[in-house]
Amino acid sequence: MLRSIRDGDKLLVGLDGELDHFCAQSIRRELDSQLADPTIRQLILDFSGLTFMDSSGIGVILGRYRILRERGGGVSVIHMNDHIARIFHMSGMGKVIRQLDRKQEAVR
Amino acid sequence: MMRNNEMQTTFLSVAENEAFARVVIAAFAMQLSPTVCEIADIKTAVSEAVTNAIVHGYEGTRGMVTLRASIHDHALLSIEISDQGKGIANIQQAMEPFFTTRPEQERSGMGFAVMQTFMDELSVESAPGKGTLIRMKKRIRSRDMLENATHIL
Repeated sequence: MLRSIRDGDKLLVGLDGELDHFCAQSIRRELDSQLADPTIRQLILDFSGLTFMDSSGIGVILGRYRILRERGGGVSVIHMNDHIARIFHMSGMGKVIRQLDRKQEAVR
Repeated sequence: MMRNNEMQTTFLSVAENEAFARVVIAAFAMQLSPTVCEIADIKTAVSEAVTNAIVHGYEGTRGMVTLRASIHDHALLSIEISDQGKGIANIQQAMEPFFTTRPEQERSGMGFAVMQTFMDELSVESAPGKGTLIRMKKRIRSRDMLENATHIL
């Protein structure tokens, strides 16, 4: 189960452990079941508990971005470690996914 | 003085073994005293190569993936990941960033780009029906630095 907090049209979800091709399958399923509520327009992913991510994570983030873009919303990421940030920027995701430093900014 | 060393492990092409392969390569590379960043680079590159073998080489069917690694010249880590899967018809195209044959599975097409960025050398040998062999090399810097520092002291 993913930890999540709902605030209006925003959903903050904390990801723990590793995000590889294997884990991506269940994370995607859980995120999509929460995003089934059409009133959610902003997804904030908290990466503070994420210890590893490879390019499978790019697909998961961009896939959720496509869902929320349809609703006029978007995806933000907070607390990325340096290694995950390298993959994030390599993929050009920084152009469409907001990177925030603090939870306060995310839920403002 | 660091001795040359080699390892090899073969495992089933199931997604659970992506994490297994990362742990194995990290444990083997530890004898080079890599930095946290170097270990993360190596684990990520291996994760990408093993994922490719599982997703594309065997396309979800069961086969064996082999991870080989060796240490030579005190600081050079060589890694090979091979499968006997369907192989790659157009290697150049497969290596292009964002090229994917699996957009419906949300594959980003960034696997080879990540391997290329995080390792010093990358080569791919593959042909349809002949499987795929990925070779990667990375020079671990931390030990060089340590030896230089000892020299100065």
